[in-house]
Amino acid sequence: MASYSTNEFKGGLKIMQDGEPCSILENEMVKPGKGQAFNRVKIRKLISGKVVEKTFKSGESVEAADVQEIELAYLYSDGEFWHFMNNETFEQIAADEAAVSDATKWLVEQDVCTLTLWDGKPINVTPPNFVELEITETDPGLKGDTQGTGGKPATLVTGAVVRVPLFVQTGEVVKVDTRNGEYVSRVQK
Amino acid sequence: MNWQPSASLQALRARAELLANIRSFFAERDVLEVDTPIVAARGVTDPHLSNVTVKLCGDGLSQSEYFLQTSPEYAMKRLLAAGSGSIYQIAKVIRNDEVGPQHNPEFTMLEWYRLGFDEYQLMDEIDQLMCSLLGCKASKRVTYQDAFLTVTGCDPLTAQGIESLRCWLVKRDLGDWVKDEADPDTLLYLAMTHYIEPTLGQTEPTFIYNFPASQSALARIHPDDPRVARRFELYIDGVELANGFYELTDAMQQAQRFAADNSIRMKQGKPRALEDERLVAALQAGLPDCAGVALGLDRLLMLKLGASQISDVLAFPIERA
Repeated sequence: MASYSTNEFKGGLKIMQDGEPCSILENEMVKPGKGQAFNRVKIRKLISGKVVEKTFKSGESVEAADVQEIELAYLYSDGEFWHFMNNETFEQIAADEAAVSDATKWLVEQDVCTLTLWDGKPINVTPPNFVELEITETDPGLKGDTQGTGGKPATLVTGAVVRVPLFVQTGEVVKVDTRNGEYVSRVQK
Repeated sequence: MNWQPSASLQALRARAELLANIRSFFAERDVLEVDTPIVAARGVTDPHLSNVTVKLCGDGLSQSEYFLQTSPEYAMKRLLAAGSGSIYQIAKVIRNDEVGPQHNPEFTMLEWYRLGFDEYQLMDEIDQLMCSLLGCKASKRVTYQDAFLTVTGCDPLTAQGIESLRCWLVKRDLGDWVKDEADPDTLLYLAMTHYIEPTLGQTEPTFIYNFPASQSALARIHPDDPRVARRFELYIDGVELANGFYELTDAMQQAQRFAADNSIRMKQGKPRALEDERLVAALQAGLPDCAGVALGLDRLLMLKLGASQISDVLAFPIERA
């Protein structure tokens, strides 16, 4: 089984902890004047998404996690799985609901997403930073309001709800930032 | 290409002034400045330290591989045994595996030894030096045991206290290894570095003294309590600045300590470190009664200037060296 020594620790390294693959966010050496040193690390658990702090004795080995990130285009969902394809090899991979989780509301067919694989199986799906989606429902806004003061909720074709300016209407396509779920602009069809 | 120094010129001037003030502090007290080798025939046995080695060639040399010193301690003790009297050194030292915001592999250490002093007299002198260099308040002194009791409620000197400390640490969920850790000192180091050190020296410089004997290889055992040794550390703003001892002068005990260090090294799968026979011979000849301390000068300068990174006080840290 592959492992890393604590002196190989750095941001981005993938290790196993509590039976879950984790990514190291920060690594700090803690040394007493004399005696055992420690590596204090902040890690993100890649399945639960939790960020926790752990301490390792310096010089110990930690099991490596076989984690890789790949770019795949979203194809369709059959209700149980979300299917993605490698645009070069045409190889397909199916991700379950746990892996896709919140990303479902930003999935647009043919958009290229980042899939995190652990031992070859998808554990996380990250949509592109910006997606373009059609509004299926929003209250008719006031004409002439171009400032977008306050705004109103709008439901998108994927079911996501975002706040849009009052002048944006049902049937229009909007650009949304998936990292914070905020409206960016209207898109001319 | 980053050819410029990482420290400001103002910080470099402050460094020069600090060194000048230290030299006049010791000149006034008639303590002799000495200069011992960075490149030496033997390294440390301490399993937590790692020497950088260098290859030398030349006709008269007895060996090809030499060790860059992690501390000037051994050489300075040989001078003491040779009758130097009280001595100090501003030494460059090199330690492997130490790079970070607070650590540079090469750093400057102020180390001094006072003949006829015990650890309390040496703490008094450090206090005077700190007041003159930093203009800080007089220090406070807390035993290692009291520091633990205050922060964790656990007694670091009893087996029962170590077990309650283990429970206290397990609750903090630092890692699965904590509940099975066999070495009490590792648990103590963990609590000390993570929870106690950050609270120390916040209002005035704080000395922690009477460390567990198991953590004090080169200090005398306390005559009234054999669980503790006459070792101390100085903390300012949660930073460990100095480490000192009422020195062990027994050659036999020193040789045993070297052997014990090497058996720990064996267990950790590290190569055996050659023991410094010259130090043992010097101790056999007789080390005078003395107390000694090592103080990190780069950290002291960081405190003086309010710098957060060691690179702010070094002309060229390792990334630019």
